[in-house]
Amino acid sequence: MTPLQIGLLGVLGLLGVGCYGLLVTRNLIKVVIILQILVKSAVLALVLAGEAAGQAGLGQSLAATVIVADTMVAVVGLALAVQVRRRCGSVDLSAISTLRG
Amino acid sequence: MNTPMAEAAIYLILAAAAVICAFRAMTEARILSSTIYLACVSAAVAMMLYLLGAYQVAVIELSVGAGLVTVLLVYAISVVGDDASDPGPVIPRPVAVGLTLLTAVMLGYMAYSLPTKPLTGRVAPLVQALWKQRVLDVWVQMVLIFSGVLGILGLLAEGKLSHAKIGRHEDNGHKTVRYVPPTACGLDPDAARAEVRGKEKETVHA
Repeated sequence: MTPLQIGLLGVLGLLGVGCYGLLVTRNLIKVVIILQILVKSAVLALVLAGEAAGQAGLGQSLAATVIVADTMVAVVGLALAVQVRRRCGSVDLSAISTLRG
Repeated sequence: MNTPMAEAAIYLILAAAAVICAFRAMTEARILSSTIYLACVSAAVAMMLYLLGAYQVAVIELSVGAGLVTVLLVYAISVVGDDASDPGPVIPRPVAVGLTLLTAVMLGYMAYSLPTKPLTGRVAPLVQALWKQRVLDVWVQMVLIFSGVLGILGLLAEGKLSHAKIGRHEDNGHKTVRYVPPTACGLDPDAARAEVRGKEKETVHA
């Protein structure tokens, strides 16, 4: 197996763990952690795709942009979790939802 | 062991370490442990990026992913508490496993059909790609960082009105009445915390 194929396997593994975690987790902070895992797989996939397509610089620049955006998502998500915990006493996503159906 | 085999073995070890740490981060009972495992995932991914030749991205990933985000998570845990009570998934676990496998298989099928040989032609380095071809991305990053800082200031700041109401105490005979404003989830924070503690006790007794 080539390094690109092994890296792709790692991407798929991280993506699988992230998707499963998002489906089964309701703790807000854990959701932020799992989103981080998903975005790490996306960063790795972008760099691998750039290498495979012969446009390494483009893939790397997009990966840097994704890292910045992901950090902002984590920061805002954690601030939201702190506020939700202060106001509702819980970080359970189903407990704080006002939608009932 | 020849060089390509050793290189493949290193990639395999790093990929396996990243996936195992990610799984442990998801299943760990304590959020602080999950945070440590997330930092390990970030370190493994950064090493893979370095081996792939993406040196700048590896440094950014290591400093931001394993450094800044870990510090932010530890701060949030210190404020919120290391309470990882996760009351079961909304959808059944077998369905979640099936959906995840389906997604991974479909993406893997599409990704392995992509060309794996580098195309011939001039390859733009990162500096040229970032500052000339993708200059809009740089501006978007600046806007994102600025809006993120503003968002944090807005979210972590206590509202002036609600703060004044929380701090106001009225003497009603012998008792001191404390006004608690309604919350977005419709719960009194103290009552909500008491309810959470009650549920935890019920779980322990069960």
